[in-house]
Amino acid sequence: MLVTSRALPYNTRLVSWTSKEGFRPLAGAEIIISNLLSPVVLAFALGMAAALVRSDLEFPEAMYHALTIFLLFAIGLKGGIALAATTLAEIALPLAATLMLGVVTPLTAFGVLRWIGRIDRVNAAAIAAHYGSVSAVTFLAAQAFGQTMGLPGEGYMPALVAVLEVPAIVVALLLVGRSVQDDAERHGGGRGAAMREVLTGRSVVLLVGGLVVGFVADPAGLATVEPFFIGLFPGALTLFLLELGMVAARRLRDLRRVGPFLLAFGVVVPVLHGCLGVWVGQYAGLSIGGSAVLGAMVGSASYIAAPAAVRIALPQANPAFYLTAALGITFPFNLTLGIPLYYAFARWMGA
Amino acid sequence: MTDLRRLKLVTIVAERVLRTRLLDEIRGLGARGFTVAEVTGEGSRGVRASEWEGSNVRIETIVAPELADRIVHHVSDIYFHYHAVIVFIQDVDVVRGDKYL
Repeated sequence: MLVTSRALPYNTRLVSWTSKEGFRPLAGAEIIISNLLSPVVLAFALGMAAALVRSDLEFPEAMYHALTIFLLFAIGLKGGIALAATTLAEIALPLAATLMLGVVTPLTAFGVLRWIGRIDRVNAAAIAAHYGSVSAVTFLAAQAFGQTMGLPGEGYMPALVAVLEVPAIVVALLLVGRSVQDDAERHGGGRGAAMREVLTGRSVVLLVGGLVVGFVADPAGLATVEPFFIGLFPGALTLFLLELGMVAARRLRDLRRVGPFLLAFGVVVPVLHGCLGVWVGQYAGLSIGGSAVLGAMVGSASYIAAPAAVRIALPQANPAFYLTAALGITFPFNLTLGIPLYYAFARWMGA
Repeated sequence: MTDLRRLKLVTIVAERVLRTRLLDEIRGLGARGFTVAEVTGEGSRGVRASEWEGSNVRIETIVAPELADRIVHHVSDIYFHYHAVIVFIQDVDVVRGDKYL
């Protein structure tokens, strides 16, 4: 156990281990502290600190792109390999449950934004698209956290990420009226253009492409690329989190413009969605770890695929709202407190 | 000395998400070529769809005066309302003027 977990991004020192008890999952405050002291979370904090003190630290754009390509393709690849060893019967229910969650969560988010937040229809739909869709990095952080806890998610979880990414964006875009849609089309936007952007965007291409490659590839061939894609993965993720910390901190400057409602929304709705995800996941037959990871996925807000799609589909919506909420509030929340919470909830439900 | 011909240089600076669409549309309007550069800067709009996606793109194309007008009208009609974009025209003297028409 300890030997295999040395390759993981989390500090194995923090996993309680005695020869008599065997592996014991951590509890309560210990969980949160072990999460906060993981390299990915610390790298994110360092990135935020660097941006806040206006350090000249800056990722070259090419490096950001290279890291996202590596991470997305590696997630797909790992998922595809696991998928090849999974029967359709095993995965059918989790897939259906994920698809359903992808349709329901933009609607609940939209409802909260419209009727509690009194946010206009266009911005509510734009934000709902982000909260229904999924953040791949939150998923990865949850997976890594599960590994340290000794409760990893199912190997095929990346397939569920791919399924969760797109439906919410479609559903949310259907929530705006005909006149808004016409206006968007007159100004170079609209659903048609956005759908093309989502389906051909690098996020979907790399994730789905990686799944297919991992699924059909010859195992002997896969073994040769494994050191690069699997072995280097935790380090690359940690580096990416450093960059994400800087981007998130820059978003915080807009915090005053978005107001207290969105701040609360960015914490409360992820918890609601996250617990819903855990609950549905367990009914769909996922393990405790798998349902917690699904919870983190459902509770996360997209900030790669959704912003690009929404900017095209709904140019009227203000990016300061959806980006600040997804990246400045919800992502840091999930990374630090949300993921341990979903795990705790999953364990409590599973018990 | 080669003959110089007076043409128009149209420059568009726009947010990154518009890149593909603008290029397709400029080509569709009749431009024979263009130069694209990733640039950064600041203006009245501030926020971008994805801050890290490369902030802005600068598209330059040399065209006949009449086409320059059409490009400017097209960009202002469609994108000025909701997007971060500027467009301007300059006179340029080029050699091999036929290349651009």
